[in-house]
Amino acid sequence: MIYRSMYGVPAWRVRRPFYELDRMQRQMDRLLDAFSGQGEGRISAGVFPPINLSEDQENYFIRAELPGVEAGKLDIQATGQSLTLSGERKIAEENSGVRYHRREREGGTFSRVISLPGDINAEKVDAELANGVLTIKIAKAEAAKPKQITVRH
Amino acid sequence: MAATDNKELKVREKQELAQPAEQTRPGVIFTPSVDIFETDHDITLLADMPGVVPENLSIDLRDNTLTLEGDIAPVDAPQEEMVYAEYSTGRYYRQFSLSEMIDQAKIDAQIKDGVLRLSLPKVAKATPRKITVKAA
Repeated sequence: MIYRSMYGVPAWRVRRPFYELDRMQRQMDRLLDAFSGQGEGRISAGVFPPINLSEDQENYFIRAELPGVEAGKLDIQATGQSLTLSGERKIAEENSGVRYHRREREGGTFSRVISLPGDINAEKVDAELANGVLTIKIAKAEAAKPKQITVRH
Repeated sequence: MAATDNKELKVREKQELAQPAEQTRPGVIFTPSVDIFETDHDITLLADMPGVVPENLSIDLRDNTLTLEGDIAPVDAPQEEMVYAEYSTGRYYRQFSLSEMIDQAKIDAQIKDGVLRLSLPKVAKATPRKITVKAA
């Protein structure tokens, strides 16, 4: 028994540190992925409101959650390759004398520039606000649309 | 609170719910931000639930526990490809314990622009009556 452990110990000492380092390296990689948001596929610009951007062949779609914002309080301006979304969220004042238990909802103004991946047709922008969710549909400029190229033979 | 008028809004991460029980339906669950205030006669609750339509909202009050549950319709656009996403969508769920007796028949709920306004009237308490003891 003693004989075996004497041989076993040095071997364990040599192999173990590298194994540990390897494992730590892999864990760090995974952590960094998670922090940079790649793990979940979510990124944040740090500007209100958070948006989701998607596209199809013809259009870009921007969606944002704006509960309690009236359509009249929104201002959307489109230029060559970007779009400015600004507005105000008003929290209605309640009668004086009410006692609060929770106050988590916030009001205020916001303004955000959204750069789009390609040129847009600023003439064809359509915005809709339904149930507190804003959807902006922006037509791509002709030059930005994908083209089907046929190969001659 | 007129002071909030000129304040600039900051991004706040949607709060994901720490799940109390194992879920049978897939998807993320969020806790909506709420304001709750009361007067002598009622308790009012405001909740931000963007994307929830009245048909998909359920409000349940039993044993002094109020449960809000809102379902959202997923975006139906199979042609669209996501370029980037800064927020995710999912159901809303939140529970509250109420210490007051609520008049169940007079509860009123409205949802407008993704904000729920729930009014919970308190039960009118029996008015205190002074009892005078007559000397025999």
